[in-house]
Amino acid sequence: MNKKSLENLTRGIFKENPTFVMLLGMCPTLGVSTSAINGLGMGLATAFVLILSNIGISMVKNIIPDIIRIPSFIVIIASFVTVIEMLMQAYLPQLYAALGIYIPLIVVNCIILGRAEAFASKNNVWQSFLDAVGMGLGFTMALTFLGAIREILGNGSLFGWSFVSDETPTMLLFIMPPGAFLALAAIIIAVNKLRGAK
Amino acid sequence: MSKKKQSLLRPLVVLVGIASVSAFTLGYVYQITEAPIKRAKDNRELEAIAEVVNEFDNNPFAEKMKISTSNKKHKLTMYPARKDGILNSVAVKTYTNTGFGGRIELMAGFNVDGSIKSFKIISSHETPGLGSKVDEPKFKTQFQGFYPGRQILKVRQDGGDIDAVTAATISSRAVLKAIERAYDAFRTFNSGSNNE
Amino acid sequence: MAYIMIFITAVFVNNIILSQFLGICPFLGVSKKISTAVGMGLAVMFVMTLSTIVTFLIYYTFLQPYDLKFMTTVTFILVIASLVQMVELIIKKTSPALYQSLGIFLPLITTNCAVLGIALLTIQKNYTLLAGICYTLASATGFTLAIVIFAGIRERLEHAEIPKALKGTPIVLISAALLSMAFMGFAGISY
Repeated sequence: MNKKSLENLTRGIFKENPTFVMLLGMCPTLGVSTSAINGLGMGLATAFVLILSNIGISMVKNIIPDIIRIPSFIVIIASFVTVIEMLMQAYLPQLYAALGIYIPLIVVNCIILGRAEAFASKNNVWQSFLDAVGMGLGFTMALTFLGAIREILGNGSLFGWSFVSDETPTMLLFIMPPGAFLALAAIIIAVNKLRGAK
Repeated sequence: MSKKKQSLLRPLVVLVGIASVSAFTLGYVYQITEAPIKRAKDNRELEAIAEVVNEFDNNPFAEKMKISTSNKKHKLTMYPARKDGILNSVAVKTYTNTGFGGRIELMAGFNVDGSIKSFKIISSHETPGLGSKVDEPKFKTQFQGFYPGRQILKVRQDGGDIDAVTAATISSRAVLKAIERAYDAFRTFNSGSNNE
Repeated sequence: MAYIMIFITAVFVNNIILSQFLGICPFLGVSKKISTAVGMGLAVMFVMTLSTIVTFLIYYTFLQPYDLKFMTTVTFILVIASLVQMVELIIKKTSPALYQSLGIFLPLITTNCAVLGIALLTIQKNYTLLAGICYTLASATGFTLAIVIFAGIRERLEHAEIPKALKGTPIVLISAALLSMAFMGFAGISY
């Protein structure tokens, strides 16, 4: 793998992490990160759509006239979202129930249309695939991490495995909406510090 | 932006092409997943039924029937559980829209003597770790052998006999409301069939 | 009475931004000044109401009767995207003044998940057309309320001395957390 490919792959994971650095896709980030498993599921679903749409769009980019670029992209993305929605409903019904409305809303996740516009419409299939894998992994890691923090603080458990007794009071605030903002703020402070120190 | 006059034909053909490919793909995936989706849904209900009724050897799913609440406003589905042909308990699928996250659907199980056996949440949008705790044993065991006719099916804050889940009174109230609705329909049905 | 309950619940209790997390991008992005926040709020209200009505009619005249429910997401997002473009064109032609104040927000609305989210939720909640419109208007009001209050807070923050580590995004998120906490106080009035 040459240097350019490697850079396209790792860009989304660290340097331009879609969640912590670029602040994209905030709705699902805050909405479903109430537990690590939900974060992981949402991240993987989004990554799946991102990879397929980046591949699809970079394949057809040359035949799409400029004036219908956005509508075409939206149709392609929405189709992949619907496919994963049906697959999850059939084979992962519990996760589907937990993520609810946020699954169809992957369509309007700015990360996906953003990568389609900024990367897939200008690069070849292989590079677009790498970019999508990187971005998808970065998003998945970010969501899982945020979900893990909120679950540990708010529920005293991780991936559903509880390490405190039933009676132990936990910081419930962190699984409620304000906790989403607070936990994300704390992570971003840390990320900024790390980036500044480099 | 260029004001050059562009041919409308090419964009139109391309867009229609993309849309039809999309429609065909979705239709195809829909056909493949239709049966598994239905099975997953049925399974969820069947599991819930099995959890809230006594031991049975019939197929409650095949014997389901619609029953109405006493004011005839709501129709619920009831699944009778029989052992050796004798009705020993029923499951009633009920709902409420007053949960913290909106609609809650649950399966309530009643013994033939009118006491509650158990209940199981089928779908809800309650806050994980808070309202979702209404589906945990600590809250649920209070309902075992609870007679809605003799005891008060309300949370303690409202003068009833049920301890609400800590910090999730709204979710607890909603669950009680759904169970009450199921009980009302079950009783209406029961008194009707006794008269026959 | 039911409509009033739907309205109050959607504005305060289940505020679309602060408790449902729909439309966070404009909430964080377009909330530096009260005037732009009001503009964004009005644009969202307009597009959201229009798109809920159109998607509602499409769903119940085409998708449901012909068993095409699985096309819902694709259809809705296309309808919303075209509606936004159409509204932009019409406003541009008929009222340049309005276009000046609202126009810049319109392209942003296509990818505003609040619009698609509310259209889908209206269907999911089995509302009638009238209840759906009421719900949409209330959600949009909740959106406007939250974003305008938030812009007010951020205008004040401009002049505040903020610790170096919190400058930029973190302080914005922390303020949002506090505002969200304040809205949690409305939880008791759930019907």
